[in-house]
Amino acid sequence: MRRPLFKQWAHDYGWSVLLLLILLVSWEAVVALGWVPSFIIPAPTSIIQALIKDSPLLIGQHLIATLEEVSLGFLLSVIVGVMLAVGMHIFRPLEKTLYPFLIISQTIPLIALSPIFIMWFGYSIWSKVAVVFLTAFFPIVVSTYDGLKKGDGDYTELLLTMGANRWDIFRTIEIPMALPSFFSGLKLSIVYCVVGATIGEWLGGTKGLGYFSRRMASNMHTDAMFASILLLSLLGISLFMMIVIMEKQILKRRGSTK
Amino acid sequence: MSILSLHNLTYSYSQSHESAIIQGLSMNVHAGEFISIIGVSGSGKSTLFKLIAGLLEPNCGEIRIHGEKCTTNRLGEVAYMPQKDLLLPWRTVLDNCLLPWEFNRKPSRGHKEEVIASIQRMLARFGLGNYEHCYPNELSGGMRQRVAFLRTLITGQDLLLLDEPFGALDAMTKREMHRWLLGLWGDLHKTILFITHDLEEAILLSDRIYLLPSEHNQTVQEIHVNLPRPRQYAMNYDPHFIQLRKDLEQRLYEKTSI
Repeated sequence: MRRPLFKQWAHDYGWSVLLLLILLVSWEAVVALGWVPSFIIPAPTSIIQALIKDSPLLIGQHLIATLEEVSLGFLLSVIVGVMLAVGMHIFRPLEKTLYPFLIISQTIPLIALSPIFIMWFGYSIWSKVAVVFLTAFFPIVVSTYDGLKKGDGDYTELLLTMGANRWDIFRTIEIPMALPSFFSGLKLSIVYCVVGATIGEWLGGTKGLGYFSRRMASNMHTDAMFASILLLSLLGISLFMMIVIMEKQILKRRGSTK
Repeated sequence: MSILSLHNLTYSYSQSHESAIIQGLSMNVHAGEFISIIGVSGSGKSTLFKLIAGLLEPNCGEIRIHGEKCTTNRLGEVAYMPQKDLLLPWRTVLDNCLLPWEFNRKPSRGHKEEVIASIQRMLARFGLGNYEHCYPNELSGGMRQRVAFLRTLITGQDLLLLDEPFGALDAMTKREMHRWLLGLWGDLHKTILFITHDLEEAILLSDRIYLLPSEHNQTVQEIHVNLPRPRQYAMNYDPHFIQLRKDLEQRLYEKTSI
């Protein structure tokens, strides 16, 4: 049933690529015909030109800075998120105490809170990491916690009759059962991380693609701004794909993920 | 010697004793017996198994296993096989069969290599010799049930509680499993308690059959199956077999018609 790689790829993504091409060509045409001034919407070709021109700065400095913030924030989210989820799962009072606060933490508009972060952490990387963490840890906690809860009662009973203790059940049933849900959380979270880092940089900073895009926007360098947005989007996509590949590698060893 | 004796067992899911699902149940099981338990839906067959296995505690009454009174934790004393095969989908056949060994903390549990060797011998005997590295979703229903049964045997317990092990199989596969189990029974040296809805299955496999009461005021009925062993499928047409079946059906019918 295996098709050649290209054919399979064309089957999966062909229509999206076609739509993208049509959009790009009409976009280019609209700008080239002078219907829209290029400082409002620059043509795709000038975005690419800006990207190439500024690439040492964009990729060598700002992309690296954003990637650093995203990685640190994501790592922190995974560690704290998983710890919270596991803690809430094995100790009910913790769940009852913390769950409302978890939800409250997500209802606070981050942009409004961010000046405080600047006050606490200054213009260092940590103020951005804090914003990344706040946007990214929630999906990890919720998905991991829900995944652990899924642990099937029938399996638990069967293992108990074999003499298993609480820890045995946690490691043989609950963790493997939680993995698919955990990975869904990671995928959501990594995308939020990039958004969080961008917001963090907007609020104050000297580095990063978000900072760069804002500076270019206020200088009417719309093409450079779009170039950095393109890079941000590509960063999000690549990080997401990395999680997907990791998920496939880990989950494929089981016969079925159901 | 009696391997399991229940005396005046009562269990209710709610506080009030009037709605007890099991009321004053007594029965005696001797080592090496094959005993079927039949009853209409809701007569407490599965509850009885959970009580014996130690997943539930009786409201009153006594459970003796190997002649010893069990007051505290009975978990890990008898082997329990639920209706669903409950093989862990992310573990291979061999790793699934190793589960009871992993949770056994008694010094008598033996070395892993020995247990693996004995699992491999049993797999070969069960006609599953080439499947030890397969995942459960690669096996047919009958094969999965055989693996689940093997896993039950690996617990090393003398008393096996089988809760409708063939209930989910189609008629042809079920028939095959009966042949297989009858062929195995001679050298198994185990005691089996077997829940079933299938009267023919009960007669074909059992030494004795217990009919659970459906109304509170009725007591448990006991039927001896005096068919010679080793048994064969052809005994289905034996006049004695047919007489037994008629008798059983009548008793069940009388019960439910009240």
